[in-house]
Amino acid sequence: MQRTTMDLWVGVFVMAGIGALLILALKVGNLGTYSAAESYTLIGNFENIGGLKVRAPVKSAGVVVGRITDIRFNTETYDAAVTMNIDNRYQFPRDTFASILTSGLLGEQYIGLAAGGDETVLKNGDKIMKTNSAMVLEEMIGRFLFDKASENKASEDSDSDDDGKK
Amino acid sequence: MPRRIVIGIRGVGHRVIDSIWRLGYASRFFLLTLLKSGISFRRFGLVIRELYFTGVLSLIIIIVSGLFVGMVLGLQGYETLQRFGAESAVGTMVALSLVRELGPVVAALLFASRAGSAITAEIGLMKATDQLAAMEMMAVDPIARVVAPRFWAGVISMPFLAAMFSVVGVFGGYLVAVVLIGVDDGSFWSQMQNAVDFRYDIVNGVIKTCVFGVAVTAIAVFEGYDASPTAEGVSGATTRTVVTSSLAILGLDFVLTSVMFRGMS
Repeated sequence: MQRTTMDLWVGVFVMAGIGALLILALKVGNLGTYSAAESYTLIGNFENIGGLKVRAPVKSAGVVVGRITDIRFNTETYDAAVTMNIDNRYQFPRDTFASILTSGLLGEQYIGLAAGGDETVLKNGDKIMKTNSAMVLEEMIGRFLFDKASENKASEDSDSDDDGKK
Repeated sequence: MPRRIVIGIRGVGHRVIDSIWRLGYASRFFLLTLLKSGISFRRFGLVIRELYFTGVLSLIIIIVSGLFVGMVLGLQGYETLQRFGAESAVGTMVALSLVRELGPVVAALLFASRAGSAITAEIGLMKATDQLAAMEMMAVDPIARVVAPRFWAGVISMPFLAAMFSVVGVFGGYLVAVVLIGVDDGSFWSQMQNAVDFRYDIVNGVIKTCVFGVAVTAIAVFEGYDASPTAEGVSGATTRTVVTSSLAILGLDFVLTSVMFRGMS
């Protein structure tokens, strides 16, 4: 079998195809920012995770330090067990505070880690003790209305007291 | 009058049975193609020849339409997103819609009408001019020698073509959104990379294109092989290839999407 120009064109075609797949993976996708090799897992129990999703980022001081790999409902404690993969380069003290935050008003939710002052660091599989649930808008509005109502009631009560004195 | 009704019912029944018959025949033909494809890998030159015709010659239509689809996506995405003040998310929108849906589907539709129709016409004409019968007489199996290399060439070139479509489309979106309109360059790429997941979006897109490649080329070679050996028969078979494979692509796309992206929320 001898070489033909057709072979050359097919070679160019296959190279371009593989190149396109590589560009998709590295430039368009997030494969370039994956560092799946070196990471450890932490678990946090949250009373309410709001709209948190698997693959959402874990940030500390705004820097992405890991990703959420699994969210499960714990039937013993009736809360959500969130598993996250943290990059090995970042170590956190044992009294780190994990809270579910929202980027922007309508943005996606993520876990924010605020480091504490403990000497020992969290190891693979450790549980984060201090957690803060997601803000649920309905609950916040409900609480606000309740506060407002009780405030009004209190002022009315004081008004009637004044009347009574007169 | 009743006689006419009887004839009508008979006609419907005949059609149904005939299409079931064809489906069974097509499945057997597909299996036979897979079983006899050993020769196309032992003599890979046959596949390379077909790769040239189905893959390399489809490049221009794929690249040009990918560029325009990406540019339109960039324009429309910007137009809608700027109302919410989220114009920097245009990269995310362009990339996700191309990688997940438009890349595989539009590339497969173009591939069906560019390469699938050519495969059908070629094999159908070979049948009409008795070339397939002549091969059989020389103890050359036409399925192994003619059908299998074309099938595998189509299956191999489809993912590459779709990937190029998506890349060129993203570039077209970049051209419109960043170069023409002036969306910020950095946030265009960084938001895109944040949103497009390798496993979830890109691998699923590639799986889709592989399925479409198998479906389109299997339909194309079968229609060609099954064409009635007349000029009219070949033209009818070519039309059926394009229609059937387009419908198959869109139907399969819905099924695959509902399986792949259901666990998203």
